[in-house]
Amino acid sequence: MAAKLDVRNVSANLQNESILRNVSLKLEPACIAAIMGPSGCGKTTLLRALAGFLPVSSGEIHVHEKLLSTSQFTLAPENRHIGMMFQDLALFPHLTVRQNISFGLKSLNGGDKRTRTRQVLELTELDHQGGKYPHQLSSGQQQRVALARALAPKPEILLLDEPFSNLDPDLREQMATGVRKILKHEDVTAILVTHDQHEAFAMADEVGVMLDGRVEQWDSAYNIYHKPRTRFVADFVGLGSMVPAKVLDACTLETEFGQVSGDFDPSFTSGQEVDLLVRPDDIPHDDSSPITALVEEKRFRGAEFLYKLRLRSGNFVLCYAPSHHNHQIGEPIGIKLDLEHLVVFARNPTERAGNLR
Amino acid sequence: MNLGHDALVRPGLGQRSWQQKSNLGWLFCTACTTLLLSIPIITVLYSILLPRSEVWLHLRSTVLPDYILNSFVLAAGVCLGTCLLGITTAWLCSTCSFPGRRLFSWALLLPLAFPPYIIAYTYTGMLDFAGPVQTSIRNFFGWEYGDYWFPEIRSIGGAIVMISLVLYPYVYLLVRTAFSEQSASLREASHTLGTGVYKTFFTIILPLARPAIVAGLTLVVMETLADYGTVHYFSVPTFTTGIFRTWFGLGDRIAATQLASILLLCVFAVLLAERYSRKTVRYQNPTKTQKFRYYPLSTTKAILATGICCIPIFLGFIIPAFQLSIWAMHTASEMINMSFLVLIYNTVLLAVMVTMTVVIAATLLAYGKRVSTHFSIPYAVNLSATGYAVPGIIIAVGVLLPFAWLDNTLDTWLQQKFGISSGLILTGTLASLVFAHVVRFMAIGLNSVDASLAKIHRSIDDAAQLLGHKTFDRFASIHLPMIRSGIFTAALLVFVEVIKELPATLVLRPFDFNTLAVRTYELASDERLADAACSALLIVVISILPILVLNRSIAQAGVLHGSQA
Repeated sequence: MAAKLDVRNVSANLQNESILRNVSLKLEPACIAAIMGPSGCGKTTLLRALAGFLPVSSGEIHVHEKLLSTSQFTLAPENRHIGMMFQDLALFPHLTVRQNISFGLKSLNGGDKRTRTRQVLELTELDHQGGKYPHQLSSGQQQRVALARALAPKPEILLLDEPFSNLDPDLREQMATGVRKILKHEDVTAILVTHDQHEAFAMADEVGVMLDGRVEQWDSAYNIYHKPRTRFVADFVGLGSMVPAKVLDACTLETEFGQVSGDFDPSFTSGQEVDLLVRPDDIPHDDSSPITALVEEKRFRGAEFLYKLRLRSGNFVLCYAPSHHNHQIGEPIGIKLDLEHLVVFARNPTERAGNLR
Repeated sequence: MNLGHDALVRPGLGQRSWQQKSNLGWLFCTACTTLLLSIPIITVLYSILLPRSEVWLHLRSTVLPDYILNSFVLAAGVCLGTCLLGITTAWLCSTCSFPGRRLFSWALLLPLAFPPYIIAYTYTGMLDFAGPVQTSIRNFFGWEYGDYWFPEIRSIGGAIVMISLVLYPYVYLLVRTAFSEQSASLREASHTLGTGVYKTFFTIILPLARPAIVAGLTLVVMETLADYGTVHYFSVPTFTTGIFRTWFGLGDRIAATQLASILLLCVFAVLLAERYSRKTVRYQNPTKTQKFRYYPLSTTKAILATGICCIPIFLGFIIPAFQLSIWAMHTASEMINMSFLVLIYNTVLLAVMVTMTVVIAATLLAYGKRVSTHFSIPYAVNLSATGYAVPGIIIAVGVLLPFAWLDNTLDTWLQQKFGISSGLILTGTLASLVFAHVVRFMAIGLNSVDASLAKIHRSIDDAAQLLGHKTFDRFASIHLPMIRSGIFTAALLVFVEVIKELPATLVLRPFDFNTLAVRTYELASDERLADAACSALLIVVISILPILVLNRSIAQAGVLHGSQA
């Protein structure tokens, strides 16, 4: 099957500053992707280039094998058939919910227009709100109107620009799963931009992490978390710390926890000093373990404690422990290293200590 | 423990009784000021109840329909003209990027410096039969009188064009602010839903700016209905010229006042309509989270946009200012003499007296509104600002009648009691003139001062009070220094408005007292247009000042000084 969205080596500038650098990505139909990254990494700019608000300086954007943007040519946003849900929602305040939703349906005749509007109203559980004005709705309802409006014309691609950033964290994940269900129901290909990894993981089939206008890694959510390809991705997604290690052979590392084995990048040669990524869930707390570390900091998370531990070598690791294991700061506790896959980076002496975030 | 408790309670009790006392004080002050300021309006409204005279019946059967029709056509035409000029330029300047956009953004305000009557005089001088334009057409083609058709500037159409050219900045300013307060993502959302630039303008951008358009048009209609100089010069019979004619030509003051009351009711109807239209607007703009993004224009379109913005600037400011300057240079040696200096002195004297009174009264009223909690005070303060909506001629009529009555009563009483005559203390001196201007321009002062006071957070008052400062103390040490620039703006705006105001001055000036505006009017009425140029140009130059201030304050706050009642 041909890719729904095909972005080939796209670069873009804003006020002579290069914001996107050679971004390439492909989306299969009905795939939901999330793009994460720190602010200023170019994720919103990418969306705006896809929507046609921003010309590209090089590269090509194809949607459904139709060329939309090159350095020479930018198809106007209104002719792209790409839907967008805006960060500030951008609901037209002078139109009712129903009018907002049917705004993009002008190619349909009256009956079809009404049918489609009713369909998306039902889909977003806004059946009885059609006659209201946006300001008469709760913020969650407003989000759904924005979604319904963007979905109504059945866009080729739906872009979502930090759509839940105005909601409180509790509602966010709930909305995200709800929206995912709706998108899947409508078979929409969608790209979500967010800086919240929970939101990204809850919604997306694929996740991209961007830095400085480049895509650092494009992968499944599982791989982004467990098999980060760069130090930045490892650091940006989830908690963790780097533990110094030495390559013994193609599948064994020597660490202060002892020898660990597993697959890792074969380009590392034996004897090389490396850093091993250790997530807090890789370090189970075990009172009987001979390896101990001192509690440096702790944070109560309800179901568990997140401990920052100081190893004998002076390095720090993070550890999740069930919340009845309440240890005092300064107390030594037993830990194990339970790694399923080894994520190894060349030694970078500046960045090692894991921090509680 | 007890002591501490007492200490806690006592200031609270003291506070309450103090507040009540101060409330009564403020209530009394504001009530008196409001009552005084509403005398003219009450007088005019009261005249409706008076019996109709012969003259009134005559007016009603002959010219009244004309007055109504002409005033209506004039107002409607000017609305159309100002919308066309104001909205187009506002849209270009706030959504498109083209060379010179920043310059145009404020240059488009310049025509506001021309009072309608002055631009009317100037264009008449340029476009009438003996003017430079027609003369050169005749010379070029070798034509004689009657050989060709040329539009008659001295007509209602001419008046519409003239007034539109100088009043469109009201619409432009308010609508531009509204456009640039709209979130860019609204436009973009519309584009992603398949709607092009022009359709988006008509379905999204324009409807959202409706309150601003209505507010701008309200100001425009008020100014149009208040205009006397232009319609008089163009011999278009409207309400203002009718009131004048009835008062001075027919000598029937009551009938003139009754005529004024009809105009006043029209003005109130316009005001109410504006209020109502604002109430029905239930929606609010989404908070603007994104920087405004401009449509990039192709070279051709950018040239077109530049051209469109140039039209009103050239027609409404540069060309007439150029013409006035040429005339002024020719006549300066003759016109600038001792009596011209007296003219300036009189004008400045009047403007300073009005400005001082307005600023002091406005500051007291605005501060009273802030510190007192009585429910009626805000209403009273707002009521004393209604004068701005009322045409100067109506205020003049409404001042003259009761003041003349007061003068006569006083004089009669003094004659009877002491055998001395007081003469015309009020109507024969500057007092009535100053009073009328204060009534008319109080709103400008109030709005300016009120707006800058509103920016001071209430907690500052509380903090000062907790630190032991009493009401007046707080005012002098905290508020006054903080609102100084607001007061300055108010003073400047009032000063310039007084200098521009024609009909009220014309009616109320004491014998032999002339101002720049009146002199310009007199010379122009005598067809000495070139001679009028010196005083006219001076008025225009002074009027540029508040435009600069206005532009700066908008750039800072994005808020209009709020010149409506």
